[in-house]
Amino acid sequence: MSVITFTIDGEQYSAKEGDTILQVARDNKIPIPTLCYLEGLSTFGACRLCVVEIEGSPKLFPACTTKPTESMVVRTSTDKLKKYRRMIVELLASEGNHQCAVCVVNGHCELQDLAYEVELDHVRFPYLFPKKSLDATHKDFVIDRNRCVLCTRCVRVCHEVEAAHVWDIAGRGIDCEIIADLNQPWGTSPSCTSCGKCVRVCPTGALFDKGAAVGEMQKESGFIKFIVNARNKHEWVRTAHEEE
Amino acid sequence: MVEGLYYKRNEKIMSKMITISPVTRIEGHAKITIQLDDNNDVIDARFHVNEFRGFEKFTEGRLLWEMPGITSRICGICPASHLVTSAKAGDDILAVEIPETAEKLRRLLTLAQWLQSHALSFFHLSSPDFLLGFDSDPATRNVFGLIAADKEFTKRGIRLRKFGQEIIEILGGRRIHTPWTVPGGVREPLELAKRDQMLTWIPEARETVGLALDALKKIHKKYAKEIPEFGNFRTLLVGLVSKDGGLEYYDGLLRIKDGNDNTIADKIEPKKYFEHFGEAVEPWSYLKFPYYKPFDYPKGMYRVGPLARVNICDYIETPLAEAERKIFKSLSGNVNVVNNSFYYHYARCIEMLFAVEKIEMLLKDPAILGLTIRAQASINRLEGIGCTEAPRGVLFHHYHVNKDGVIQKANLLIATAQNNLAMNRTVRQIASYFIDGKKGKITEGILNRVEAGIRCYDPCLSCSTHALGQMPLHVELLSAGGEVLDEVRR
Repeated sequence: MSVITFTIDGEQYSAKEGDTILQVARDNKIPIPTLCYLEGLSTFGACRLCVVEIEGSPKLFPACTTKPTESMVVRTSTDKLKKYRRMIVELLASEGNHQCAVCVVNGHCELQDLAYEVELDHVRFPYLFPKKSLDATHKDFVIDRNRCVLCTRCVRVCHEVEAAHVWDIAGRGIDCEIIADLNQPWGTSPSCTSCGKCVRVCPTGALFDKGAAVGEMQKESGFIKFIVNARNKHEWVRTAHEEE
Repeated sequence: MVEGLYYKRNEKIMSKMITISPVTRIEGHAKITIQLDDNNDVIDARFHVNEFRGFEKFTEGRLLWEMPGITSRICGICPASHLVTSAKAGDDILAVEIPETAEKLRRLLTLAQWLQSHALSFFHLSSPDFLLGFDSDPATRNVFGLIAADKEFTKRGIRLRKFGQEIIEILGGRRIHTPWTVPGGVREPLELAKRDQMLTWIPEARETVGLALDALKKIHKKYAKEIPEFGNFRTLLVGLVSKDGGLEYYDGLLRIKDGNDNTIADKIEPKKYFEHFGEAVEPWSYLKFPYYKPFDYPKGMYRVGPLARVNICDYIETPLAEAERKIFKSLSGNVNVVNNSFYYHYARCIEMLFAVEKIEMLLKDPAILGLTIRAQASINRLEGIGCTEAPRGVLFHHYHVNKDGVIQKANLLIATAQNNLAMNRTVRQIASYFIDGKKGKITEGILNRVEAGIRCYDPCLSCSTHALGQMPLHVELLSAGGEVLDEVRR
């Protein structure tokens, strides 16, 4: 297996063939914000929060899907990147109906954490206040599309790990929505196994346990990596980091 | 159109109107207009609340379990009251009896809410009038002026409020807008060390309430001539009492008495409130006008809150507060009901005393440390009603849900709204007594007294209209043709 040597933020790192910039950064504790990325699931490159600069190109590249090449020079934390990351979170905030104060994941939300991380003290774009639906027909879980950021973690975990493929995206552009089966109430879905993986991996309060009150819902998405490792490598190991 | 309360809109009366806007040191935003007739006598006064929030509408489509968290955001002063009432409506829909510990903890939270809100009303908002004088300079007639005048007294008052807030913080993790109470019970049990931490406050709190009562009794003497004009009239009085008629704050049954101590209705299940109370709407205010249905609108005017509660109960279960209740009752003359709205302040202080004593009793009850605190259930009823006594009076949350627990309809009947007719009447009485319409002027003294009259009710307009914003005072004196003769803003 060939080894690639490249530079992140002025330091030299080596990567195995097939590694992404994000994986190398994570292995070396270089912080790059992510939202749609989840270890154990396929990469999707939807949210664009992990964008990095690569010397010699005017474009920005998502670190989760971009593989390093020999002698590549990557920058992860420039003013330009900070500006774009902040703008992405602003657009997410303005496109949904995110009311942190009364949300079930208030204080445990990846979108909220990101807002703090990018120092989102206000939103420059007009809020769209879209009319989105809430589906509470499932006996154990609820989907509130007001809080969905279309990261597709639920779609991927259901397809790739649970293999039930309940969730899909319907519509186009700004009207995209997560739907169950053939766009039917979740509670009537014949394919849903009620495993709850989609709820655990959802980064916001879009998917949550029925009966959860404000700030009460805490997600735990690290188990996906554990399941995938166990299935693919027959390794039932949790690292100390995951135990935390 | 109602005689007395409203001037006739379409009739050409050559009269004048005075407006006080905005009203200061109350929670919310309001304006007062005072109507004069041809002879320049006051014929009417209106307390306008000109803000709107819409909680009943935008909670449609949300989940039952979110409702305590959402509705507690109605108000920053008494969020715990909305929280507990909403959770009780949730209990009703889940059709559960909550664990004993959960009920006691909710009771503790409700009393802490009473204590901090009453302390705020008495020490921060009303004491500047009492101790510095109604006619002292408005620039310093506030809590800062009070600190300059009597630092120790003010400090004690601020600390009393802190005690209430600290209980809320210990129980719910934060002072304002804790989401700790949920349908079925509460979220976290109380730890022994934290229980003990609360108990250390009791002696100081009891002493501070004693100081407040002493100060208030001096005020009663000092303003003996003016007090009879501070909203002194007979209305119905409505509130919860315990099953055996004691002062109640969390549960119990509704009792309605009139201003002559006749019991009009008793042992009404709060769940049947809508059979007894209606809500009228007037085009000039966002604050609704609740009334007692059998007496019709607006004769069904009633008052809620401390004055009503201390009047209608047969006894108070804690000894010091019960002794004060008897003194309070002696102010009533020959009817055995204290009808003067000024004595809201006294009733509020008695309730603070009760809260401190009862908090101590609850904390010393071993059941308060229980670990079984939450009943789990799914939707078992499609309609639920929660009722508690908020600091300003009886509060109802009424929800309709679908089988999945999604809110279809919400009705919130707020304490301050229930005092709306009485507040209008109070303003009219004070204006009639103090305003000389011939001068066509609003003097500082009039402004102060009209404000103080409203402040007796400690109105929380943020809650009651579900309104946003600060509460400045705006008074207008208007002629019949709508001409503004005088206008004061503060």
